[in-house]
Amino acid sequence: MQHDAYRAMWERLDLDLPAHDGLLQVLGKFYGDIYMSQQGRLQGMEYLDFVLSEVHGLRIQELQDAKAQGRKVIGTFCVFVPEEITLAAGAIHVGLCSGAEAGTELAEQLVPRNTCALIKSFIGFKLAKLCPFTQSCDLVVGETTCDGKKKAYEAFAEHVPMLVLEVPQQKRACDRELWKAEVLRYKAEVEALTGQTITAQSLAAAIRTVNARRRVLQRLGALRAASPAPISGRDALLINQVSFYDDPERFTGAISTLCDQMEARVAAGEGVAPADTPRLLLSGCPMAVPNWKLPYVVESAGAVIVGEESCIGTRNTRDLVDESGTTVEEMIDAIVDRYLRIDCACFTPNSERMDNVVDLARAQKADGVLQYTLLFCQPYGHESMKLARRLEAEGIPNLAIETDYSMEDVEQLKTRVEAFVEMLRSRRG
Amino acid sequence: MAEIVALGIDVGSRSMELVALDAQAAVVDSARLPTTFHPVAQLAALLAGRTAPMVTATGYGRELVGQVVGSEVATITEITAYALGAAVSAPRARTILDIGGQDTKAIRLDAQGQVLKFEMNDRCAAGTGKFLEHMATVFQIPVEEFGVFALGGREGVRINAMCTVFAETEATSLMAQGHRPEDIAWALHASVCQRTASMLGRVGLTPPLLFAGGVARNPCMVRLVEKLTGVSPIIPEDPDTVGALGAAYHAWRRWASSAQSAS
Repeated sequence: MQHDAYRAMWERLDLDLPAHDGLLQVLGKFYGDIYMSQQGRLQGMEYLDFVLSEVHGLRIQELQDAKAQGRKVIGTFCVFVPEEITLAAGAIHVGLCSGAEAGTELAEQLVPRNTCALIKSFIGFKLAKLCPFTQSCDLVVGETTCDGKKKAYEAFAEHVPMLVLEVPQQKRACDRELWKAEVLRYKAEVEALTGQTITAQSLAAAIRTVNARRRVLQRLGALRAASPAPISGRDALLINQVSFYDDPERFTGAISTLCDQMEARVAAGEGVAPADTPRLLLSGCPMAVPNWKLPYVVESAGAVIVGEESCIGTRNTRDLVDESGTTVEEMIDAIVDRYLRIDCACFTPNSERMDNVVDLARAQKADGVLQYTLLFCQPYGHESMKLARRLEAEGIPNLAIETDYSMEDVEQLKTRVEAFVEMLRSRRG
Repeated sequence: MAEIVALGIDVGSRSMELVALDAQAAVVDSARLPTTFHPVAQLAALLAGRTAPMVTATGYGRELVGQVVGSEVATITEITAYALGAAVSAPRARTILDIGGQDTKAIRLDAQGQVLKFEMNDRCAAGTGKFLEHMATVFQIPVEEFGVFALGGREGVRINAMCTVFAETEATSLMAQGHRPEDIAWALHASVCQRTASMLGRVGLTPPLLFAGGVARNPCMVRLVEKLTGVSPIIPEDPDTVGALGAAYHAWRRWASSAQSAS
């Protein structure tokens, strides 16, 4: 990493330079251990290695250059914030840092201790001055997808310019009305921030851009149904994670090339692991960069991950916005409908998620489902119990893991995951 | 002594066990030592020069065994090892409860002895042998006698905290209130057993139940497991070595299939 070239920029962004250096060093080593050590990786992954090595460097430089030209940067923590609207107003949409333990002690002065690691992380990153994305934002958009986030945004608003969208908790006609009002409110806010009025032309282009990125990720997902698996779960997760940071068009192009390589690999019957390797579907809470702990444990235990049923995974890519609208009004309706199809655990009863997990497990030919819940995440914690019963009824083995970002439970996780993999192997006979 | 063809070694957090099998899969030798903070040295002492064509290791320290044995060692998790061990020591068992030094496991098996579902305690040692060991120290009673002591207790006192530190505080204040030590000891056992019973409930307890691990030697725990689950558990003759026995059986099967392919 060309750190020296970026120091002045980080200083201008008011990062805590020594602490940030420490973070990058740890991340670099972590990435080396988990990613660079893999055998038989696809050539196209070099793009991801590069993007990740420059995630706090070149990408931030790009954001600064765009800002110098008058563009605005909008930061988010959730797949509910309609990116199409951000892009249609000429702004840049990025996901913010929330996948590592950082500034925990500072965060615990703003939010209760029994708050999930993801929330503590984004608050800690801000308070400890470690996230150049948050520091670059002209607006941070939150949402009411759980009580923890909802209340944390109140505290966060004292540190960043904040807008909170209300996501309904059910999917009736009146909930759709509420959500549409929120989408329109977001549109007005973004237009005011950027000074640009969203037109049918700009919105149609934005819808196509975001749909194209979803389609290429759908293609990646479909290729992972092949046996032997053409790509490791770690690499596929990284691709999904990077989709929240990188320029959407550049990303779509690069992943499309990577999918071509995967297609050739599948056609040749080659993969990253032997065909009899147990295949697992991950399901549950999002794994934000650089939360690679569980995938690493799973793939070190001799299994391969073939899908991520999560916000950094299929929940973000499964549904497209209908492209047939011609007026802004029609397109807004299409956006409202698409986002309300998200099967987030904040909804009740959210039974479609149970069906979606079963369908995905079958489509990916998974031997089992590994449920991942962040400690203190009530919505996914509850659904984990419901999903376990449903999977059992469907005859799909599952293991529920509850953990956070710390490393102290890695040995216990290993034993549990290895035992699950042994169980799947013995079932196959 | 018959020739040893398979060795199973279970390196747990508190103790390590070894089981040796002959060509007929009969147990011909076994040994046990505390793990201590020098597990590699203890392993060498445990092996005491024993070797076998096939060695399988399990438990917390399973990766260490290769360093000592010198030849290639297969490793399996405790879950698989206990399932295999149960198949030998209690072939009809459909559920296994193992309470060891730092781990509690509940495993449900199908009719063929394959693992269907399992649960393990989280990162904390609450509800494990370690908890009882610590409390025995507080009572100044050797851990081996703590269960017998607790059997003299009566129901009525409750311990709510599962954290070892808080439970000790609770026990101390109960003593200050003048409760009988035996009743408090009973309550401590009951709190461990409560947690164990809910774990068994989550895997779907199906009798017969095999109760293994060092804590299966504690008569108060056995009584309470029976009381809370309504199932009278099978206690193997040597409850500490079920994991090592399973590992030995795993090694023996590898030996048998390699002997078969060689002939």
